[in-house]
Amino acid sequence: MTPRISEIWVYLAASPLLGLTVTLLAYQGAFWLFRKSGSHPLANPVLIAVTVLVLFLTVTGTSYETYFAGAQFVHFLLGPATVALAIPLYTQFKRVKAMLLPVIVGLFAGSLTAIISAVAIGRLFGASLPTQLSLAPKSVTTPIAMGVAERIGGIPSLTAVLVIVTGILGAVGARYVFDAMKLRDPAIRGFAIGVASHGIGTARAFQVNEQSGAFAALAMGLNGALTALLLPLLVAWLNFG
Amino acid sequence: MLSALTQLLIFQLAGEVIARGLNLPLPGPVLGMLLLFLALAVRGGPGHELQTTSQNLLQHLSLLFVPAGTGIMVHLHRVADEWVALLLSLLVSTFATLVVTALAMKLCQCPTPQGETP
Repeated sequence: MTPRISEIWVYLAASPLLGLTVTLLAYQGAFWLFRKSGSHPLANPVLIAVTVLVLFLTVTGTSYETYFAGAQFVHFLLGPATVALAIPLYTQFKRVKAMLLPVIVGLFAGSLTAIISAVAIGRLFGASLPTQLSLAPKSVTTPIAMGVAERIGGIPSLTAVLVIVTGILGAVGARYVFDAMKLRDPAIRGFAIGVASHGIGTARAFQVNEQSGAFAALAMGLNGALTALLLPLLVAWLNFG
Repeated sequence: MLSALTQLLIFQLAGEVIARGLNLPLPGPVLGMLLLFLALAVRGGPGHELQTTSQNLLQHLSLLFVPAGTGIMVHLHRVADEWVALLLSLLVSTFATLVVTALAMKLCQCPTPQGETP
């Protein structure tokens, strides 16, 4: 009996089928828990699914590379999904146009805060220089953040992880921050989540409210562009490295 | 669904080609989003199919971050070495960004702060 199962495992472990299936299973389980909890922000589906997968891969001794050979099919959909964000953005554009000044000011203030505070606190607590530079683009969407990290001398794959953790922190904590600030406007809530925690924050915003989601998507796009332009200049200007 | 997915991919492809061709610092999909937005503005809105397909895709946007997030297992060592700095930096910076962005927007929204009105 046992050799048979291990033979099957050898086959499965080498095929993309397993990585893809466990990703979908882990996510659906996480999403079920999230719904069960009444969409509680602490029951964040990304956080739960990632934890389950890391445990599963560690226990079965599967490498991340092998896993990703299957999971890349899910990862690939990030591209078309990003493009699709144009649709809620279009639907909500009237509101965006009416809020043009707050949007621009909020974008610059938030983008600079995200970069400077991340690097400063990392430096204060003794993070190495490559780690500090990997932290700098942590608030923008993964592909931009990785590209920028590479350009300024950070570690792109570390940045990818920091970006995801930032997204989860923002998605989990934003509600408490805004409630403490007595901030109700779904447009401002959404925009701030998008600036601070990119696509994961945007996903959370969509779960709460369509208008929040559209503003988060806008913020994610704008902050991605601004950070990509600004960060290499900031690093050169502050004479890092 | 198929034609909507094709449209999304075409816009992504166009974004990718333009971003690389002109050496822009933007990733292809973000530029693709801007291009699709412009197309929608010209066309006067998405068709029914594009609308529903996008809604389905965006409903589970979080799923798409799971494979990259699982990559944390590769960096467990560095994270273990520098976890205090990393955690504090991410935590404080993310919350500071939320607060500063929201406050800046709120201040701009009403140019005359409350209490100043006679």
